[in-house]
Amino acid sequence: MDVERTSLPGIGLRHVFTTGRGRQIGVVSHRTGRRDLVIYDKDDPDTCVVSVALAAEEANAVAELLGTGRVVERLAELNRQVEGLVTEQILLTAASPYAGRRLGDTRARTRAGASIVAVVRDGEVIASPRPDFEFRAEDVVVVVGTDEGTAAVATILHGG
Amino acid sequence: MHAATQLIELGAIVLALGLLGAVAVRFSISPIPLYLVAGLAFGSGGILPLGASEEFVSLGAEVGVILLLFTLGLEYTAGELVGTLRTSAPAGLADLVLNAAPGVAVALILDWGPVAAVALGGITYVTSSGITAKVMGDLGWLGNRETPAVLSILVFEDLAMAAYLPILTALLAGASLVAGATTLGIAAATITVILYVALRHGRLVERFVTSPTDEVLLLKVLGLTLLVAGLAQQLQVSAAVGAFLVGIALSGPLAHTARELLAPLRDLFAAVFFVFFGLHTDPGQLPPVLGVAALLAVAGIATKLTSGWVAARRAGVAARGRLRAGAALVPRGEFNIVIAGLAVSDGVNPRLGPLAAAYVLMLAIAGPLIARGVEPFIRWRGIRPSRTRPGAARDEHAVPRPADGVADDRVDGQEDVEDVEDVEAVDRPPAPGRH
Repeated sequence: MDVERTSLPGIGLRHVFTTGRGRQIGVVSHRTGRRDLVIYDKDDPDTCVVSVALAAEEANAVAELLGTGRVVERLAELNRQVEGLVTEQILLTAASPYAGRRLGDTRARTRAGASIVAVVRDGEVIASPRPDFEFRAEDVVVVVGTDEGTAAVATILHGG
Repeated sequence: MHAATQLIELGAIVLALGLLGAVAVRFSISPIPLYLVAGLAFGSGGILPLGASEEFVSLGAEVGVILLLFTLGLEYTAGELVGTLRTSAPAGLADLVLNAAPGVAVALILDWGPVAAVALGGITYVTSSGITAKVMGDLGWLGNRETPAVLSILVFEDLAMAAYLPILTALLAGASLVAGATTLGIAAATITVILYVALRHGRLVERFVTSPTDEVLLLKVLGLTLLVAGLAQQLQVSAAVGAFLVGIALSGPLAHTARELLAPLRDLFAAVFFVFFGLHTDPGQLPPVLGVAALLAVAGIATKLTSGWVAARRAGVAARGRLRAGAALVPRGEFNIVIAGLAVSDGVNPRLGPLAAAYVLMLAIAGPLIARGVEPFIRWRGIRPSRTRPGAARDEHAVPRPADGVADDRVDGQEDVEDVEDVEAVDRPPAPGRH
């Protein structure tokens, strides 16, 4: 997916991309924090037919619906698909021995048989973190596995 | 009783401006032409001549110009200015030559002399960036592909003004060639120093201006701006340019706060400035120049349509967008009156003021109307969009559908922009059991 970034002097930035089905959508980011969601004409890539101005909070809400929500939704779907599989969201407190250490150090898969599939940090989802990913306090760790497995990961992260 | 008369007159003027502003909002037009009309009405030979508050109004007008230019400078970062110069100089130069030509030609044909020709060229050249940006926002054109080209033209024009105003000031002062060259040298040096400071040491400026409260910030920023503007005037660079450069030197969140704080002040004093210009224009002088003004206005629309066409074509935009770009550039306003004001106060030609007033009145009103009419016109003429994909980054890359487990696509190059959070394209989470 290519995102085309253009600067708009005096206004801010514009990001545009083309979906797999050939529709163009974009976001105009104003310096004031305002965001315009723009959707282009089917036949004319120069012209936007819809432009919705969003305040900073509204833009965040839309981003959340499009982004974070998706991940959680997919995980819920996985739960339904696979019998006996659960998703846990574990808050990593500052007291955890793994705050500031790497994901690989937890050896969660080997020790507990559950997988860390995502980390939510400051409202952003970091999908499929690698073993060298470094945890911070206040991260929310998303774990998928069996009931016992996820509970065991929670124990590990809490310093058990 | 003199003070009382002054207060009454000032109150009447400002209240009248408020009422006119309400009318402007109601019909969603720019208030600038209405302020000019108000000035014409209150001025010498108008229906309600004022006299007592002349002194305050003239100082207010001075402050108005400075604040207009300062807030304009705040809109841009030094990086944007330099970047624009690199990328869109050809379109900017085409715009300059095309649009200054009618003004210069008319002044020479009327035998007003070379100085008036330079002034009138400037008056026909500059687009009102304020009106244009507002019109584009109102019409939802900010996302359009021709918009960056239009905005680059505006930036180029504002930069051209930073070079042009000192030249004009020198010419108006009747400076000899040597004195003029010295002035220009000083101006160029000042501009270079300020741009250098803004680009390399923006932090220092910000550290100096940063304030514990809004009140302190307002006083600091306003004081600094007026001081630099005054010094620039002293150096024969023109106060407006000094203020513009201070605006450029401030960027980031600080500029944002300063803009919000100063916007009401700017609105008040800019309105006073337009009124002041109208006050000094005798409405009786308008009819004789109306013909020439109308001719220049028609030429001004044609040349801006051409400029927009050229700039948008360079950006790879099709006919519809090129027409829109031209229409967006038509309005004239603040700067044109600033130039005319300078020229009039130096007594270039008594006809120049009324001509500029009539010209700006016509184009400040016609510009937004043309911009609104351009889409219906395109539909009526049935101008088809090209089915091709113009634009730089489109042709080379086919857009693959993200397959399962494709690595995250990051949008990079965000670091140089303030206030825009990092964008992360988040992929589908992989199937469990795959670290």
